[in-house]
Amino acid sequence: MKKYVSFFKIRFQTGLQYRASYVSALATQLPWGLMECLAYVALHETNAAAFPMELQAVVGYIWLKEAFLVLFNTWNADNDIFGMIIDGGISYELCRPISLYDMWFARNAGGRLSTAATRCVPILLVALLLPKPFALTFGGSVGTALLFLAAMALGLGVTIAFCMIVYMLCFFTLSPKGLRRVLVGAVDLLSGNVIPLPFIPQPWRRVFELMPFGSMQNVPFRIFTGDLAGAQMVSAMALQMFWLIALILLGRGVCALAQRRTVIQGG
Amino acid sequence: MSTLRLYVAYISVALRSDLQYRASFALTALGRFLITMSGFIGLRFLFSGFQAVKGYAYADILLCFAVMQLSFALAEGFARGFCAFSSAVRRGEFDRMLVRPRGTIVQVLGSQVDVGRLGPIVSALAILIAGLRIHPATMTPLRLFALVTMTAGGVLLFVGLFMIGAAICFFSIEESSSINVLTYGAKEHGKYPIDIYGKGLFRFCTFVIPYTLVQYYPLQVLIGHSDRALYALYPLGALFFLGICYAFWRFGVSRYTSCGS
Repeated sequence: MKKYVSFFKIRFQTGLQYRASYVSALATQLPWGLMECLAYVALHETNAAAFPMELQAVVGYIWLKEAFLVLFNTWNADNDIFGMIIDGGISYELCRPISLYDMWFARNAGGRLSTAATRCVPILLVALLLPKPFALTFGGSVGTALLFLAAMALGLGVTIAFCMIVYMLCFFTLSPKGLRRVLVGAVDLLSGNVIPLPFIPQPWRRVFELMPFGSMQNVPFRIFTGDLAGAQMVSAMALQMFWLIALILLGRGVCALAQRRTVIQGG
Repeated sequence: MSTLRLYVAYISVALRSDLQYRASFALTALGRFLITMSGFIGLRFLFSGFQAVKGYAYADILLCFAVMQLSFALAEGFARGFCAFSSAVRRGEFDRMLVRPRGTIVQVLGSQVDVGRLGPIVSALAILIAGLRIHPATMTPLRLFALVTMTAGGVLLFVGLFMIGAAICFFSIEESSSINVLTYGAKEHGKYPIDIYGKGLFRFCTFVIPYTLVQYYPLQVLIGHSDRALYALYPLGALFFLGICYAFWRFGVSRYTSCGS
């Protein structure tokens, strides 16, 4: 276990080095979130009755999405890993007497958490200080906060486990760019990144929520904003656990298969 | 003329190199197609509940979305070299461009031709055709003209913004991605007519970056909210904007100092 913690730590500390990129990310993400809020406020003014969530919950959802973008995105995956698969650096990884899957999983978690840790603070601060319809508000109890954190951890796990499968698939095709794009294009919509899942009409909404992508950012953000509570919340978190285990098992299977047929060409 | 021939040569090189990885090339184009499509599906889902926003029906929004996507996709397909310019400066590639007896702009544009960018162009066109079919207003020459100027003006505006983004690299590599909020942001949030965002933003989008000239005003003609032919000519203002961007680019080139070996 200790060695995986070290891989996590190494990646975490590397991530903290890139402080300059946070400033420009912030300059992008704040206006981005604000524009999205403005659009939903306009929709709310036009037809409040058709809103499937509270306006406050939507605004909160948008800010959390911006603040934790790097935790849940599937497009900015760890490029080092793709690089290793292509340029053969993978051979060094395979020499290590540890599990490839676990090591990459730990690296990926470290990379995401370190970037998110620094980026989320200013965005959340600004979002909390904004005037009324645009502010991020939290009306829940300490219990809700703890459940939110648990759901965040599960959602992050599901996201990474999904990305791991994408990494593994890249063993089977030399140029992984295309495969990634197709998956990313679909995940964006299915995970509630384009619009929050409650805005999707039935029966699609039910289908999307049951898919693994509905167990990523959808659950924690809606718990935080109070949109998801009670029995629904319990079943959503149970589904998160199910997908986490299922995707990890699937990823390990593909990993074993990929390692068996890996050919390192020269060097 | 020889500049054009050079650009065509760049395209053919890029196409041949892409076709070396056929499956990946097809998947890349498909992926980009899907990204635009997921935006469309999101909009469709959203408006299955709402029908309208601030006086714009779903069909109006769909046209607005499609034209913005189309002009962005065209601009990005053509001027991708500007978007990736920071790495060209960092690697000293721009020094090599300067010593060649050709214009810098055609070389920058040619350095990043990506045929896979056809994916979003195709999806934007498909959405546009679907939008025109469901839109209740009858098609008139004026509306068609507005559609053309709106798309062309959008392309010019985005190319201008990409050019500014590239020119910023002459002064600071670190800040070069800050232009993204004005380009990708406009592509994403320009799906709604700008006036729904309120007065303050509308002014910013008219006097600072002239988005309204290529979006809000011609759109009024396109969706049949207005008959003022003048609105269909507003996108020409983007030419003026592009001129300013070009002046900034020239200024940047004149101040350029190589960053090393």
